[in-house]
Parts: sequence; structure tokens; C-alpha cells
Amino acid sequence: MANHYLKQVVNKSYEYGFITAIESDTFAPGLSEDVIRKISSLKNEPEFMLAWRLKAYHYWLTLTPPRWAQVSFPDIDYQSLIYYSAPKSKKDGPKSLGEVDPKLLETYEKLGIPLHERAKLAGIAVDAVFDSVSVATTFKEKLAEAGVIFCSFSEAVKKYPELIKKYLGTVVPYRDNFYAALNSAVFSDGSFVYVPKGVRCPMELSTYFRINAANTGQFERTLIIADEESYVSYLEGCTAPMRDENQLHAAVVELIALDKAQIKYSTVQNWYPGDEEGRGGIYNFVTKRGACRGKKSKISWTQIETGSAITWKYPSVILQGDDSVGEFYSVALTNHKQQADTGTKMIHIGKNTRSTIISKGISAGFGQNTYRGLVRILPTATNARNYTQCDSLLLSPTCGAHTFPAIDVKNATAQVEHEASTSKIGEDQLFYCRQRGISEEDAVSMIVNGFCKQVFKELPMEFAVEAQKLLEVSLEGSVG
Amino acid sequence: MFIIKNLQASIIDEKQTMQSILRGINLTINPGEVHAIMGPNGSGKSTLANTLAGREEYQISQGEVQFNGKNLLTMLPEERASEGLFLAFQYPVEIPGVNNMYFLKAAVNSIRKQRQLPLLDAMDFLALIKHKIKDVGLDESFLYRAVNEGFSGGEKKRNEVLQMLMLEPSLAILDETDSGLDIDSLQVVAQGVNSLRDGKRSFIVVTHYQRLLNYLVPDVVHVMLQGKIVKTGGKELALELEEKGYGWLENQVIV
Repeated sequence: MANHYLKQVVNKSYEYGFITAIESDTFAPGLSEDVIRKISSLKNEPEFMLAWRLKAYHYWLTLTPPRWAQVSFPDIDYQSLIYYSAPKSKKDGPKSLGEVDPKLLETYEKLGIPLHERAKLAGIAVDAVFDSVSVATTFKEKLAEAGVIFCSFSEAVKKYPELIKKYLGTVVPYRDNFYAALNSAVFSDGSFVYVPKGVRCPMELSTYFRINAANTGQFERTLIIADEESYVSYLEGCTAPMRDENQLHAAVVELIALDKAQIKYSTVQNWYPGDEEGRGGIYNFVTKRGACRGKKSKISWTQIETGSAITWKYPSVILQGDDSVGEFYSVALTNHKQQADTGTKMIHIGKNTRSTIISKGISAGFGQNTYRGLVRILPTATNARNYTQCDSLLLSPTCGAHTFPAIDVKNATAQVEHEASTSKIGEDQLFYCRQRGISEEDAVSMIVNGFCKQVFKELPMEFAVEAQKLLEVSLEGSVG
Repeated sequence: MFIIKNLQASIIDEKQTMQSILRGINLTINPGEVHAIMGPNGSGKSTLANTLAGREEYQISQGEVQFNGKNLLTMLPEERASEGLFLAFQYPVEIPGVNNMYFLKAAVNSIRKQRQLPLLDAMDFLALIKHKIKDVGLDESFLYRAVNEGFSGGEKKRNEVLQMLMLEPSLAILDETDSGLDIDSLQVVAQGVNSLRDGKRSFIVVTHYQRLLNYLVPDVVHVMLQGKIVKTGGKELALELEEKGYGWLENQVIV
């Protein structure tokens, strides 16, 4: 029946599984205070940064990994992981694209990421993170003209220590959770963005993450600050080689929006998901949170999660400023033995705060897909509103969809709505399409695409195309 | 020419037992003819319509169906569609998030591709569909909504007729397209069929009631009972059924 085509559609092989042969500076496996000191000194970090890392490390030592998620995997031996790996470069690091190892540029070329002038056409400034370090950031000059700072996290620590001190860890403290604490101790790089007051960032900012080295954890940190009345749209893409062992990716992303500022953060996550038997693949244990600090500020998360063996992430918004807005749009696809436990938290503190959650889970093969969400209305959040819609689509008899929504209302003026649906891809829908002459394969694409449409339309154009390709669906025609 | 010979089909029910539904259907439809199939609930009318369209849950145990000299029963549903078979569904499904016009364009071009005709571009398609949607009395805004989503019963049926007009089938099967329709919608359906009648296209109209046949005059009327055609006649047979019901025919069923 339909299953044959469904398999073809969802089982497209992983295109980004190649390994780049490149010389790297790599630490021996294991984690200790020494390793953290070494990371910090390699990066010439100021004292405050090392002190913060060490506090995080000692706190992490007291923690145990969270076990409440609807995922299962063997314990990770944190002493067998490598905590730092960087492409070898002749000097301190590449100062311009010309100094970047051509092999690396080739890698990004293969991934379809425009690091060169081509990027200008796309209108996207790119920061590329290879294993643990940021290797190149494009369009710095053009952004500088607008006053926008977009650089690697390491560079920001040296050049803008005041901003780092002021904001780092204020949204996701190192005490937040096990993986956030680990990240705070060992993070090796990441991206930093500051958009000054009143500036609309002239282009989309983008980071591509690539894990290459074996047995290496990737721990990057992203910090985005949108000052009053500014706007920035940020895109994040991820890929990794195919390897038989699991690799850990434990990132932290913090967003801060001041008065009337807007941040739009989009992710297309396509880490290697492991093979059909569930061997290998990335453990994607990520903490992402935004704080709407200012009045009328807005933070919007959009994520397309198709990769990783296990996804554990809950991009959230703290709605502190009055009239602030939080949004979460998500498509998560799990196939084979992939597991995803993802969702969001919307914490309403300010008056008239509003949040929207649209979550679309697609499960195929033996995939397990969980939505986990929390909507919390605090006593101060007069007239807060939330709308949650949570839909699951099942493509096989062996997959699963789970929903754990939590709603906690402490203010009687709040309005909270929750809608949920679970459906199997309908034989009726498929037959209807086929009776009209549409092949079964196209019909499946069309139905899945339609299911995800509410989320796809939130993505910037370039990513919308990529996301639809990822789900192997044809772009919806725009007749008329 | 559309020829059904001794078609027998069954379905496996919830208790995993085989239920025989079609028990030897014989039917010949010449080009240009309109055949009405009438009969009480459960007589197998919709099963016949769906089996002809290629619905997979019906298992065909015997018989053959020739469509323009080809063996219909070995074709996939989409191949039957491109061969010119169209089914107006009794219960059209909703496809959330899929734009109605996009769906129709994909259908039209998919069939044109299989027939090795040039594809319609966006402009030509738009011009054509804006013209046709007026004929079925739907507002243009329906083109930009998701397929059948939130449509009323009548709007869904009009949308089926719109699809039929766009796809210009050589054999259209209308599966109780008239059920639950008001008189205006009924006329729209009838006009849709009549506008396609060109002496070559054929129609099978499955219905419970005679009233559609006031507007859409059949050449032949068949009565189906317990999976068989038990009586065949002219348009006056429909009136007779309206008057007498189906009871008087039941002794004609040979089990």
C-alpha cells in the first residue's frame, strides 16, 4: 500500500555524512579543571571568563543527567569525550577568508554554504563553526557600518568583555540544568550578535555548525542581544558526518530583547540521525531560551528538526516586559529509531503578554516524537494570552507520538487555549489525490507539506526552501 | 467503451471475515451515454464506484473491466485517472494546508504529463480555473483555501464538479453527488455534467433519488440490489422506483 512510497519519501539517505581530512589540534579525552584552564588559556580569555567556567564546572560535578524526557539511551561516559578540537591554523586563527584552510572552505562548499562573495547575493552573513571553533565570519564590514556586531564568541569575549559580563548567563544561568552547566564549563566557541538601538539588521545572520572530529563533543554558545527598537533575524543550520558512535552536541543559546526589539531565530537542524538500526547519530541536548526584557519586545523561535539520534530541546521565552510577545513554531520529524523530546516554555510575567505555540510532530519508522510544553502565567501577568496548537502525524504503525502539555495559571484574567490532534496519514487523503492523477509519492509529499505549512511560512525564504527539501516535498506553487 | 463483465469484489471486515459485496456486475456503457445506478443503502453502489476507481481495500475475486480497450483492473488509481476516469466522491476529504488551486494544478498537470501533453503554466491555468469556478457558483476565494477544509457539504460537492470540469474525464462516476444538496446545488451538479456531454464522454450517476434525474436525464437506469444489477430500463424506471420503492424488486435477487 502506501508504505512503500512513504519509506522512499522519508528514507532519503543523509547527504552530509562525509568526513573532512584536516589537521586538528585535539585534546586528549577527558574532563578536569585542567582541561577547562587549557581551553581558556588557548583562547586567551580574561580572568572573569575562566572563573565563570570553573564555577560552572564545579556545579556540574554535583549534578546528574536529567532522566525525565521520553527518550532512552545508554549513559554517556563524560571522561571519554574530547572537549576541544580545532582545525590547525598557522597563526592564532584565520584573520580573513584567504587564510582559511581551502579544505575547510571546500567542506562548506559541499554543504552548500556560501562563505564567499556569493553570500552577498543571498544577503546572508555567515559565521561557520567547525568542530569547536568559529572559522570564518563573512560580511563583517558591511554589518559594522550598521553598527551590528557579529563575530565568534571567543572574539567577543576579548573585544566586548563588558557586554559579555553584562549578559552572559542571564537567561540560561550555568545552574540551569546538567547540559547547560557542562556547556558553561567547556564551551569552545559560538556566535555573538549585538544589534544597537534603533537598528534593523541589514541582512539575515547565519551560523552553520559542523561536527567533524570523532568522539568530540560540540559545545557552542550563542548570545544575541537586540537593543531597544532593533530587529534581527538569525538562522542556524547543522550537519555532521556519518559515524557509528554517538556524538554529543550540548549548546546553549541566549536571546535578549530590550524595549520594542524583535529577534527571529530559525533553525534547520539536520545533524546525522544515525542509521536504520539506530547506530550512531548526534545527541542534540540543547538549551535555548530568550528573554523579552523590554516592553513590546518580541522573540520568535522557528525550528525544523529532522536530524539527530536524540533531540532534547525546548526553545523558550520569558515574557518579562509588558506587552511582549513570544512565539514557537516547530516541525519535528523522527524516522527509523530517532527520538525527539521537544517543545517550549512560555513564562508570562509582564502585563498583556502574548504567546503562540504551533508544534507539528511527524513520526515514521520506529521514530518516537514527544511534545513537551509549559505555559506559565504568573500573578503579575494580567491579561496574558496563550494559544497552543499541537498536531501529530503518524506515517507508520510502529512509530509513536506523545504530548505532555503543562499549563499553570496564577492570574484569573489570563486566557489560555490548547488544541491538539493526532492523525494517521489518511488512506482516504492519499486515494483522493491519486484519483485526481497525482502519484502516490507526490501525494505523500503534498499532505506532509500541507501539515507543516503553518510552520514553514514562518521561515525566511532561503530556509523555507531548504526545509521543504529536507522533508522531500516539492515547493508549493504560487499560482496567481 | 466501458465494459464490466461479471465483476465480483469483497472486503475484509473488522472481524477479519470476507464480505462479498459485488456479486457479478455486468454493464456496458457506450460513448456519450449517461447511466444511472439506483438502489437502497448497502446494495453495493459506492463499492462499485470505488472499485472502478482503484480503491485498494476491495479485493476483486473475479471479472474484468475494459476501458477504451484496456484492462482497467491492473492499473494504479492515478493511471486510471490519466486514462480519463474520474470519481466525484460521496465524502470528499479535507487536505489541510494544501491550497485548492495548487492541488488542482498538480492534478491537471500530472494527468497532462502522463498523457504527454504540454503542461499548463500558471497564467493559463489561472485563466481557465477562474472561468470554470463561475460555472459551479463558487467564489474565487475557494481557490485559495485548503482543499475542502471548512467547506460546507454543498461547497464540497461543487468543488468536486469543479475538479471534474477541469480534468475533463472521458468517464465520470458521480457517487451520490446529489445527497444532501439543496435544489440550487443540485442544478449546478446537473449543469456541470450536461456541459461536459459531447456525445463521447460517458457518465455513471450513482443516486438514491429520482430528483437529480429531472435535471440530468439518463439514457439507462439500473437498479442494484445485494451486489447485483437486478433491473435495467429507461429513464421512466427511475420514476417507477420513486413511486414503488425497491421492495417489489427484491424477489428478483438470486442469491
